[in-house]
Amino acid sequence: MIKRRAGRTGQYLALVGYLVFLGFPLLWLVSTAFKPPRELATLHPTWWPKHPTLDNFRQAFDEQPLLHAALNSLLVALSSAVIAVLLATPMAYVMARHRSRLSRAATGWVVVSQAFPFVLVIIPLFLILKRLHLINALPGLVMVYVVWTLPFALWMLTGYVRAVPRELEEAAAVDGAGRLRTLVSITAPLLAPGIVATGLFAFITAWNEFFFALVLLKTPEKQTMPIILTHFIGAEGVADLGPLAAAALLATLPSLLLFALIQRRIAGGMVAGAVKG
Amino acid sequence: MTLATAPPRTRPRRHDRGVWFLVLPALIPILLLSVGPLLYGIGLAFTDSQSGRTQPTRWTGLQNFSDLLHDSLFWDSFRIGLVWAVGVTVPQFLLALGLALLLNQPLRMRWLARALAIVPWAMPEVVVGIMWRLVYHPDAGVLNETLRQLHLGDGTDWLAGLSTALPAVIVVGIWAGMPTTTVSLLAGLQNVPRELHEAAAVDGAGAWRRFRTVTWPALRPVALAMTALNFIWNFNSFALVYVLTNGGPGGRTRLPMLFAYEEAFRYGQFGYAAAMGCVMVAVISVLLAVYLAGRLKGDDQ
Repeated sequence: MIKRRAGRTGQYLALVGYLVFLGFPLLWLVSTAFKPPRELATLHPTWWPKHPTLDNFRQAFDEQPLLHAALNSLLVALSSAVIAVLLATPMAYVMARHRSRLSRAATGWVVVSQAFPFVLVIIPLFLILKRLHLINALPGLVMVYVVWTLPFALWMLTGYVRAVPRELEEAAAVDGAGRLRTLVSITAPLLAPGIVATGLFAFITAWNEFFFALVLLKTPEKQTMPIILTHFIGAEGVADLGPLAAAALLATLPSLLLFALIQRRIAGGMVAGAVKG
Repeated sequence: MTLATAPPRTRPRRHDRGVWFLVLPALIPILLLSVGPLLYGIGLAFTDSQSGRTQPTRWTGLQNFSDLLHDSLFWDSFRIGLVWAVGVTVPQFLLALGLALLLNQPLRMRWLARALAIVPWAMPEVVVGIMWRLVYHPDAGVLNETLRQLHLGDGTDWLAGLSTALPAVIVVGIWAGMPTTTVSLLAGLQNVPRELHEAAAVDGAGAWRRFRTVTWPALRPVALAMTALNFIWNFNSFALVYVLTNGGPGGRTRLPMLFAYEEAFRYGQFGYAAAMGCVMVAVISVLLAVYLAGRLKGDDQ
């Protein structure tokens, strides 16, 4: 009994330790974003702003083209998510339903594509996109993001298709429904939540992406949020902390909100992929 | 993995052409923009391709690789990359495993931990880097302020110190990837048959024994996949350290990707940087092969 209670206490201590480790950086980011300059430029920073202010947010918008960057990010993330899902869904269906050589090769490619360093892909892509005059252009970045999110989209969607009972499709076939009809009226509705989750995941991935955007987008009016954020850090690594924190907070909100909606589904999809892949 | 177990030939079906119609929309972009560039990139590693070069690119054979072999800066960064990848992946996995087991218990603050775990996962890596710069800030950072209040130190510039920079970025790496690992392991734990657990408890098996004989065998596939992927992702990571230190101080946190990025897009040495990528892939492939061999062996048991 005593031993058991000690075990419980230990568990709670571990949990609190974890919450502190996980929570404090987040708390500090939020706190910094709302601090007036005088509370930031001190050797003894306060844990929480004594005089909270929105000035940092205003200043962030003044210093960098944040709104424009957010629009660029939105445009790029939305187009890549929609295109990636449209391309991936049919193939994922085939991979889940037909155990052919193709689906095995595709699964192998999904694993391999996780392993190669981006630098090996970005140099040729840079040269190709340059020839197509798509450097410093959002469509070029969308192309890269679509292909970059495809492996994971296929991975997740294949799991979702497997979760749709094959018997339902067979029953429809017995009832005389054609292949297309079965897909549209039986499979698609059951698959819809998975497709939405995959799309949102692709959106978040593109919204957060940094490396490809850094290489491909040259001028501030084309750059996406993550790149603009780094402009708040000066050349010598000196930063205006308040606006930096405020902008960073703003950049996180969209993906955080979307992620909260779908995180359960993603965890399931990842495990399904890991176990069955 | 795909060749070793050749699938039984499926009977040709009538709607096989329909299958191609479904596959091509994804297959064409994959071949054109992923497999193609990958092969192109490997090809570039054997040339003297440079940005803004006026003469045509020449085939130089193994020249880049033999240069790489003598490039001590590259091997320094390679070593840093390995230290970083192991230093992040191993503690991350152990912490995440403990946490997943913890969150699988009926504890009171469980919901909060689960909710918080979403945040680092959804944050852009750049924001994670920025956030930790604020935490590590020598004057205005929460870490030094805490240490000052506990009389344990004053004003260390963690990210600028030659000996503190790498450990400091490793902590950030652990922080950033732990939720993903935790949530995956947690989902894996749901696959552990509860009856087996109860039966073992009735038989008088202690917590450790139950973990070893019931939980771990069921969790093993997820755990192996997660650690392998995490290792690869960490070895190839870029944004986090780019924002935190940009490879400094004095190259102490210059991961291979940062090195290759500079070589390619600051100095324009496309061929040389591609060769670096090839070496990175080669090493990772060996590690992946070892991992897959281990996994297959595990499946035989």
